[in-house]
Amino acid sequence: MLKIVKIEWKLFLREPVSVAFAIFFPSLLLLVLGALPALRTPDPQFGDLRFIDAYVSTLVVIALAFLGLNKLPATVATYREKGVLRRFSTTPVSPARLLLAQLAVNLIAGALSITLLMVVCRVVFDIDLPHHPLGFLVTCLLGMLSLSALGLLVAAWSPTARSAGGWATVAFMLVMFFGGAYLPRFLMPDFLARVGEYLPPGVVALQESWLGAAPDPVHLGVLALITVVAGTVAAKSFRWE
Amino acid sequence: MAIIEVVDLVKRYDRKVAVDGVSFTVDEGEIFGILGPNGAGKTTTVECVEGLRSPDGGTIRVDGLDPRRDRAELRTRLGVQLQQSELPDRIRVGEALDLYSSFYRDPADWRELLERLGLGDRARTEYRHLSGGQKQRVSIALALIGRPRVAVLDELTTGLDPQARRDTWSLVEQVRDSGVTVVLVTHFMEEAERLCDRLALIDAGRLVAVDSPAGLVSRVSDEQTVRFRPAGPLDLDLLRELPEVSHVEQHGPRVVVTGKGNLLHAVTSVLARNHVVAADLRIEQAGLDDAFIRLTGRALTE
Repeated sequence: MLKIVKIEWKLFLREPVSVAFAIFFPSLLLLVLGALPALRTPDPQFGDLRFIDAYVSTLVVIALAFLGLNKLPATVATYREKGVLRRFSTTPVSPARLLLAQLAVNLIAGALSITLLMVVCRVVFDIDLPHHPLGFLVTCLLGMLSLSALGLLVAAWSPTARSAGGWATVAFMLVMFFGGAYLPRFLMPDFLARVGEYLPPGVVALQESWLGAAPDPVHLGVLALITVVAGTVAAKSFRWE
Repeated sequence: MAIIEVVDLVKRYDRKVAVDGVSFTVDEGEIFGILGPNGAGKTTTVECVEGLRSPDGGTIRVDGLDPRRDRAELRTRLGVQLQQSELPDRIRVGEALDLYSSFYRDPADWRELLERLGLGDRARTEYRHLSGGQKQRVSIALALIGRPRVAVLDELTTGLDPQARRDTWSLVEQVRDSGVTVVLVTHFMEEAERLCDRLALIDAGRLVAVDSPAGLVSRVSDEQTVRFRPAGPLDLDLLRELPEVSHVEQHGPRVVVTGKGNLLHAVTSVLARNHVVAADLRIEQAGLDDAFIRLTGRALTE
């Protein structure tokens, strides 16, 4: 199993676009936004936080959403279309291992990306490390797992790699929108902001555990529920060929 | 001794019957061909043998195992080269072989295997940079990496250029000579005729015949044709009197003799006795494609 993860990790590193977007993009975006003085000034709108302080959770959402809803379904659907999964099923090793390896790669890449982001936050912008490290870790983990489960669901239900790419993009855009990537969450109508709280990967829980107190257990519960339901449905309905 | 036994195999997709009561046995150490037009049920048949599909009827034994029930054990004894199965674009050949060899208890040495398949210098090449023939050879390598007793090769040479096809054929012979039983699925007559010790002819889900290529041909016709250009005058009735000859025709300077048995010898003896030198002497026999047309009533179109 370790060998499969190792190879899949190497394959991930050989895709420059994926690496750039998943690992470096959130930190780069922070550097760009932070270069604007207005976004570095405390604003009463955010309870005297700076825009960039309020935006860190959204940056985590971007990294996780890309990995879970873009890279994962694209890779899995391509593997199915090219017969990689089928070839696996002719060996003593189950093709399910290949999907688990994808999940492992996502967790590693997500961890790297968020670590880099935390370093940039701390060193460049003097943003605290997560106040509630355990809560932050759990939220990130559940966020990654819930998005990956949704990504697998997309891959499971799409007949081709192309349609998987299309549906995954829709899901990706929605998650990005509710995560505040396009429109800062404080500008959203109350209702939309509330929906975003419960959607993976839990932007409010991320924000809370980073700069506030412990994440709301209800938020985490919803993420866990989505992971289990989407993961089970994906596993049951997955087409291997 | 039979290493694969298929008895009355039936497989349906929805209402359509893809395989309809096919039976055959494959002997240990032979190259067994499954030949038929596209959509005849060849791939479905071998996928049942590989345990990738559940049959709707009949029984299959591979090396004493039931492909569905003993799936796990079968995987260690059966190597499979699937039709149209690729690897991730950016995986290196060596990485792929190393990975797949880790799936087996007693794998072959993959470096040695690559050498044998003429890919020794490609271990560090990414899969997407390989030619079609090289990809097929990697595919064969992956089918052999677990030291299987049986290798199933499905449409091995489809899409390859003639040279790569011939190279691949000699590889398959090498595999057989190393003691592995080979099941070869193909719709190329030439491939079947050249490689297979025995053949199952499948058409529209039914087994038409099982025999050696020569056996199949002789079933439908032992007729031969001898063509030549006599250098001097020749009385064609001398040929017509021969018991082996059924028909003689003259086309311009060329004589065409049709008959059975040892036709060539009979014709050349007459020519020698009459001191007639024959130029452009050619003998033609019915081939596997003629046999296929006679046995199924239609041509095997490619």
